[in-house]
Amino acid sequence: MNSVETLNAFLTILRKEIGRFTRIWLQTLVSPAIMIALYFVTIGVIIGSRIGEMGGFSFLQWMVPGMVMMSVINNSYSNVLSSFFSVKFQKSIEELLVTPIPHYVILAGWVFGGMTRGIMVAILVAIVSLPFADLHVQNWPLTILVIFLTAMLFSIAGFLNALFAESFDDVSIVPTFILTPLSYLGGIFYSIDMLPEFWRNVSLGNPILYMVNALRHGVLGSSDLSSMNMTVSFALLMIVFFIAVLFIIALWLLNRGKGIRT
Amino acid sequence: MEALTIKNLRKIYEGNLVALKGINLNVEEGDFFALLGPNGAGKTTTIGIISSLVTKTSGEVKVLGIDIDEEHSLAKKQIGVVGQEINFNQFEKVGQIIRNQAGYHGLSFRQSKENAEYFMKRLDIWDRRNDKARTLSGGLKRRIMVAKALVNRPKLLILDEPTAGVDIELRRSLWDFLVETNKELGTTIILTTHYLEEAERLCRNIAIIDKGDIIENSGMQELLARLEKETFAMDLDDPLQKVPQNGDFDFKLKDPKTLIVTVKKGQPLNQVFNFLSEQGIKVLSMRNETGRLEELFISLTESNIDKTSLLDSPVGEKD
Ligand SMILES: Nc1ncnc2c1ncn2[C@@H]1O[C@H](COP(=O)(O)OP(=O)(O)O)[C@@H](O)[C@H]1O
Ligand SMILES: [Mg+2]
Repeated sequence: MNSVETLNAFLTILRKEIGRFTRIWLQTLVSPAIMIALYFVTIGVIIGSRIGEMGGFSFLQWMVPGMVMMSVINNSYSNVLSSFFSVKFQKSIEELLVTPIPHYVILAGWVFGGMTRGIMVAILVAIVSLPFADLHVQNWPLTILVIFLTAMLFSIAGFLNALFAESFDDVSIVPTFILTPLSYLGGIFYSIDMLPEFWRNVSLGNPILYMVNALRHGVLGSSDLSSMNMTVSFALLMIVFFIAVLFIIALWLLNRGKGIRT
Repeated sequence: MEALTIKNLRKIYEGNLVALKGINLNVEEGDFFALLGPNGAGKTTTIGIISSLVTKTSGEVKVLGIDIDEEHSLAKKQIGVVGQEINFNQFEKVGQIIRNQAGYHGLSFRQSKENAEYFMKRLDIWDRRNDKARTLSGGLKRRIMVAKALVNRPKLLILDEPTAGVDIELRRSLWDFLVETNKELGTTIILTTHYLEEAERLCRNIAIIDKGDIIENSGMQELLARLEKETFAMDLDDPLQKVPQNGDFDFKLKDPKTLIVTVKKGQPLNQVFNFLSEQGIKVLSMRNETGRLEELFISLTESNIDKTSLLDSPVGEKD
């Protein structure tokens, strides 16, 4: 395929992916936004007023970047996971495999589709947070970059999960046992300075912690990163590193036909 | 030029299931070719390998002279495939499904629209273009599959049991469409089927596959002529030195005491015995000498009960 054909094929997949989740927007866009709004009301407003400040900000201000991050992670991941798994399951993956589309274009198509959903939900969540929290984004480029990279990373991760999943049960294993615990323990609600020494050190092994705090840095201008003796650029580099590793693994598996060819 | 060249193609699935035992197959450009065989013979596996849905174990496949391993992108451009099972997202609209397939081939948005429109009109599904695919009947879904396979205007069209589970009227119109496509666009067509009548009606050349082996590869007419005949083996009392000659039947000696006779189906066997008696040849016993081909045909005709196996999911679209 020449570059124009490759671009056409990529845009076709992306359009189809965006079409898929917007067709079922109630499930894919509204439902996550409502869930987050409930977090704001219950934990943020009602319980948050008893908690007081966190990291020098009001609890709600502290919580918003965490909620945005959680939405980006969940929605990017689950979009690619459920979309690519069902394409595998209904065998419509065959539609792509019989064409000359290079595998990296297939991967990129789904990843950008997942990113689009993750970012759209992030925007919705940010809008939902407006009545609750008084926020002024301190560093727009950093904020956008962190959201973009995180969406990309978890879209690729969702793709990998879909390649390995063989049944609908497999689909929920990683989100339930790995992704959700890591998100909740990744400092979306609290500052790790509140943790005892031991748990604080354990938390440092959680990559989501760095992403949440990188976003906090962009939005609030400060975060746990400083008390972790970590710079923002290190956190960004780490995300980029994970993206590169997962992308290479996913492409390698696709080329080997993992889960898609018999 | 050959539209398809297959050499020593083997496929062993996981779990050591040998699906293809090293088959050879040649299809000329412009041909209308049938690959006939019972369920489990290896038809879908063969097509899967040609269209790169299945990884071969060994062997060589060329499409219009292009090796599918060495130049897989170029080879794939030449092929359109209609799979055995519906493989599109049924929650999407008919027109969208076909346009997307063109897009996957790298066609521009405009070109995709144009080609999709052309084939939807040709296949009489144009007025259903804005309907969700799941609302169409099995036969019309099959037409979506055909439109999808043709939308990039391939030189080789491969159809895997395209009329299984399709009612007779839609089956006829699909046949007509394929014949026209073969004639007008010069598209080489290969179809798999387990109906001899379908192959007979459409195809010029035929290969018969059974248990992963090609057991016959000839012109349609020659095959039919062969199937018109029946062969018997007769055990003789005294050894024969010379093969008896008779214009009406074909005699051969397997060994001096076993005479093989081939007769047209329906021809009375009394004539054979009368002739042998006249020659003073005594027959002790006789048995039907069915070859693998004949056996296969008997089993094919017995098992040709139409089963509808179209994947239809009644549930809604889920995230
Ligand atoms: N994915 C698979 N894994 C293992 N065995 C398979 C697979 N697909 C087909 N087979 C086996 O390979 C043989 C040939 O199957 P197939 O090519 O589908 O035959 P046909 O299309 O002629 O009915 C059968 O025995 C079938 O069970
Ligand atoms: Mg089959």
